[in-house]
Amino acid sequence: MKPAPFAYQSPKTLVEALQLIAEHSDDAKLLAGGQSLIPVMNFRLAQPGMLIDLNQTEGLDTLTLAADGSLEIGCMVRQSTLEKSMLIKEHAPLIHETMPWVAHSQIRNRGTIGGSLVHADPAGELPVLMVALQAEFELQKVGQSRRVSAEAFYIDLFETELQDDEILTKIIIPPVPARSGSSFHEVARRHGDYAMAGVAAVVSLDASGTCTACRLVYLNVGPKPMLATGAADMLIGQPITPELITQAAEHAAEHEIEPNGDIHASADYRRHLAKVLGQRALNGAVQKI
Amino acid sequence: MEKLTILTTINGKDYAKEVEPRLLLSDYIRHEVGLTGTHVGCEHGVCGACTILLNGEPVRSCLMFAVQAHSQSVETVESLGTPDEMHPLQKAFHEAHALQCGYCTPGILMTLKPWIEENKNPTEHEIREALSGNLCRCTGYQHIVDAVKAVTAQSG
Repeated sequence: MKPAPFAYQSPKTLVEALQLIAEHSDDAKLLAGGQSLIPVMNFRLAQPGMLIDLNQTEGLDTLTLAADGSLEIGCMVRQSTLEKSMLIKEHAPLIHETMPWVAHSQIRNRGTIGGSLVHADPAGELPVLMVALQAEFELQKVGQSRRVSAEAFYIDLFETELQDDEILTKIIIPPVPARSGSSFHEVARRHGDYAMAGVAAVVSLDASGTCTACRLVYLNVGPKPMLATGAADMLIGQPITPELITQAAEHAAEHEIEPNGDIHASADYRRHLAKVLGQRALNGAVQKI
Repeated sequence: MEKLTILTTINGKDYAKEVEPRLLLSDYIRHEVGLTGTHVGCEHGVCGACTILLNGEPVRSCLMFAVQAHSQSVETVESLGTPDEMHPLQKAFHEAHALQCGYCTPGILMTLKPWIEENKNPTEHEIREALSGNLCRCTGYQHIVDAVKAVTAQSG
């Protein structure tokens, strides 16, 4: 099928874009990379009356390091830019490690970080990374700007905090504490396919090897990024050992995820993957410290 | 819905056309410009048959609207060469029997064209990963991998 007819706007400034979305919030969709929206429109699962194209809107694609060491990423930064960026490699190695797993290179050349984050596909890697890295999202509408943590942003299946008249304009990633390591793992049938399950882990240790912080977030085993705080609490304050990691990964897989079954994998298999990948990611993160 | 006039450069030639916003870039290339080497397989980004170069980078033409290509530069498989003067990639595919029905081939060639410039000495694993965004139902990929090995061995 082909998309249904729509009106098309290509605002040059953010102010224009905000005004357009405010005026047409009931019937307009923002167009970022289009790698998730256009397939949906091609199938006519979505038929917005208007598309507001952000690809020509100035100022949304900057990638900078702030004075306090946090990364500020504009919503229209292409996924391929994140993949190749030295700044990302140095200051957010978890993102650098994960980008080759996001769809395919051709998709990453158009797909954007902002678009992926607001689409909130439960199999999306970027939402999981943002929750793992404790990122904040800047949400703007006419006359108002607010910040929401990634954790609070994801509410339910394809449901986020973003209001109909808001644009996610910027992603802020706080500096990673010293003595931290991160690791990402996923399993998909073909490289680049939707993950059957995946996990991102960020672990911080003190000088004696005791865990001071842990973020363990699972991919595609629930309606949204699944943050395993119980597993993390088993590690925080303890000296890290492979046995403890195994226990934490088992706890997360048994109690902190809600996998579904589909034609690609049963719920039980996803749970098994979560357990194995959780161990690999936690061990992998610790080994990088 | 109102039509918009767009200016695109395709394979070095300029085109001015009036299009509906909803016209996909893949359909624009095939029907408005008449270049049917770019194929349409799935219209949701997974098969790769529609892959073209936008400003030198491989993208899915089925996941862009033609209006988004206004003032942009597009290269399609027709730019690679002719039967008498094939691009080294095309020659390698020909010699390695890397195509049967040929439906996936333009998308694979356009994905590989910039890739072989940047990856002069790839391993088989790297080649297969580079191809992972393109589906082929005929060849089982082995001869495609062989073609890429051959063409990179020549330049490396």
